[in-house]
Amino acid sequence: MAERLKPVDVVTVGVGMTGGIMGKELAAAGLKVVGLERGPMRDTVPDFQSPVIHDELRFAVRKALMQDNVKEAMTFRNSADQTALPMRRWAGFLPGNGLGGALVHWNGQTYRFQPADFIYKTHLEQRYGKDFVDPELTIQDWGATYEDLEPHYDRFEYLCGTSGKAGNLKGQIQPGGNPFEGARSREYPTPPMKEPYYGALFRKGAESLGYHPFPQPASTLSQPYTNPEGLKLQQCVFCGFCERFACEHFAKASPQTIVLPAALKNPNYELRTGCQVLRVNLDSTGKKATGVAYVNAAGQEFEQPADLVLITAFALNNVRMLLNSGIGKPYDPNTGEGVVGRNYAYQTVSSATVFYDDDVNINPFMASGSSGTVIDDFSGDNFDHGPQKFIGGAYIGSIMTNGRPIEFHPTPPGTPAWGLGWKQAVARHYNHTIALTVHGSSHPTRRNYLDLDPTYKDAWGLPLLRITFEFPDNDIRMSSYVTEKAAEIGRAMGGKTVVGTPRRPPYTTTVYQTTHNTGGAIMGNDPKTSPLNRYLQCWDVPNVFVVGASAFVHNATYNPTDTVGALTYWALAAIKDQYLKSPGPLVRT
Amino acid sequence: MTDFSRRAVIKATGVVGATLLPVALESQEASAQAPRPTPAQPTTYLFFNAEEAAFIEAAVARLIPADDKWPGALEAAVPNYIDKQLNGAWGAGERLYRSGPWQAGTPSQGYQLPFTPAELYRTAIAAINAELKAATPFAKMTGAEQDAYLHSLEGSGKDLGGVPSSVFFATLWDSTVEGFFSDPVYGGNRDMMAWRMIGFPGAYASYYDLVDHHGTTVTRAPTSLGEDVHGHVHADTTIPAHLP
Repeated sequence: MAERLKPVDVVTVGVGMTGGIMGKELAAAGLKVVGLERGPMRDTVPDFQSPVIHDELRFAVRKALMQDNVKEAMTFRNSADQTALPMRRWAGFLPGNGLGGALVHWNGQTYRFQPADFIYKTHLEQRYGKDFVDPELTIQDWGATYEDLEPHYDRFEYLCGTSGKAGNLKGQIQPGGNPFEGARSREYPTPPMKEPYYGALFRKGAESLGYHPFPQPASTLSQPYTNPEGLKLQQCVFCGFCERFACEHFAKASPQTIVLPAALKNPNYELRTGCQVLRVNLDSTGKKATGVAYVNAAGQEFEQPADLVLITAFALNNVRMLLNSGIGKPYDPNTGEGVVGRNYAYQTVSSATVFYDDDVNINPFMASGSSGTVIDDFSGDNFDHGPQKFIGGAYIGSIMTNGRPIEFHPTPPGTPAWGLGWKQAVARHYNHTIALTVHGSSHPTRRNYLDLDPTYKDAWGLPLLRITFEFPDNDIRMSSYVTEKAAEIGRAMGGKTVVGTPRRPPYTTTVYQTTHNTGGAIMGNDPKTSPLNRYLQCWDVPNVFVVGASAFVHNATYNPTDTVGALTYWALAAIKDQYLKSPGPLVRT
Repeated sequence: MTDFSRRAVIKATGVVGATLLPVALESQEASAQAPRPTPAQPTTYLFFNAEEAAFIEAAVARLIPADDKWPGALEAAVPNYIDKQLNGAWGAGERLYRSGPWQAGTPSQGYQLPFTPAELYRTAIAAINAELKAATPFAKMTGAEQDAYLHSLEGSGKDLGGVPSSVFFATLWDSTVEGFFSDPVYGGNRDMMAWRMIGFPGAYASYYDLVDHHGTTVTRAPTSLGEDVHGHVHADTTIPAHLP
């Protein structure tokens, strides 16, 4: 029998970036907040320190910071006519676990989406006509605009201390920045990071072709910084152990460095780790949440009553929480009806590899998770899609994050898969190769969606999330087009051999691509096509908000974190300024 | 680790002192660039039996062979690495979702067998050794025969006691690369020889001053986790070391 605990004002399901920010802010507003984190307590000191943190096998290969598949896996199939089977180990993407969530092991790449992304359907129809977009794609406007979100992007970037160079300040294009970006209200909080050799070679190659390279915006900081919470961050040392690792240096923005110390100082805020939330409890009407049910690390079940429930876990787990709680109508791909699980999207990532002579030392191990140089010329709608048979695009970057050799040992085409020829090719090319990233948009389709698996269960007996996903033809065409552009840049960079590897179907869970899983609990203006309104509030259960990349209506060209941060502050403002004054639906239908 | 390396150099060169003490830069350069073979240490196998160990030693020696410049997987103690992995949590299926029902999936659905890594190795090697018992055991074949046999495992779904041979080969290859390139604290990559071969500085990991020296030649010897116990200093005391 679950023990009923003392009611609180707010409970967050998950204490990562979104839960940490929400918890800190609402506790500061005078509310009693409980943060429930399923994973362990962990902190920069002593958990992320040398020597253990520089262990490729443990963290990058065995994925020590990720969700434990034994307890909680997910199932996958490429199409609804297949039987979904469990992802028994993570490979294709890596859901995090533990205090701070994915913002502990991220790379720090901090991009805004384009103004056009938030009014995507309207924008594309205006520019290309109503019949241009493949009808299979379920794109729609987001319900909030870039202008709505700009102050919240700004606030999140200043929380992180993001290092970069503005390309557009209040409509004025700035030399050295990204000339394609939406207008910023002010400069980045810290200047760009040093440019590694791989970035400098890319800059030269891209400029020679007339493109517009700029330093990748990085929340691995170029210099010491004190954020608005009064928390100090340090300068990144380019250690080469960033993504899949935690930062030992206080140099990467993570909840532990940018917000949690402020939350935990407030007696209104209580953190409970090792607490697995099973479901959001609803009252008999099904239209009001009464709190959450959770199991602690010792296996005891509790009911935590709360007036306001914020689902602030990883995007995929947010969707699963709604489905396991019976909030919102599940999406049915056969009828197109239902909203929870709809518009699941990913990221269309590909690469070009540039092999140099052996007197060019790239030193790939001198890297931050977000150092490097990129171009935005082929992103989103920055180029004319009229002659193309696709929408969307990709940024191209020389943004190598590491030279860790178990996973990074490039060899040119024709190299044997093993044996002496393989070994000699690895020795020859390891330090003389640049991998270019082609980081592309992902569009939702009618057939790609999330629901509950009918067969496989987690350690608590609840259904696993089932992912049905295949790359849309549109995105495959985009990948071919932009990957060829990347290969052209590679040749202009002086590579002896350049290999472009565009994304091809089928989508596979066995090779790492990215952990930018988005959608499934999207925001919008119409309860028939989104489970959340424009403030990330559930249409059906107004005292539940769902915060994360799960709210993305499609996934744009860019890494999602900055937009998740902006949406977090956007939803927070709606809660503080509107909801708390008059609890109830913030948008009437 | 320092003592170990020092002994290794002394053993390999027969010279005490001269190669070690003066001119730090030179000795670092030498150790970073030149192979430094250590006499093979006997491996104490905790998981593999003698027949299994004979197969593994012979197989990894073909997967990453020694040449006149750099040692291979056998010299790097990769069999020892695999043995310790299989005897530990990974071998027992740590982080592996192990609930049924079990069914073969599509290639994009990934590993769907009930075997833990330890069970997979044991089952497959037993089937291989049984198959070759009447013919030539793998360890007794010529190098060319061994390569041909490994290719046959790699390229076919031959049944090895329930393990498709291509799955076993892929697992063995992944383990071999891990043992070759992982930190020596895990029992492979002896003397960090694989890191020296490619020029990876290991756990050293601090390049702020070097990152804009484009194309520089890094000459420092690699650093293992075992040598890095004092590597980090929580320097800025104005940042609280712990969450409130």
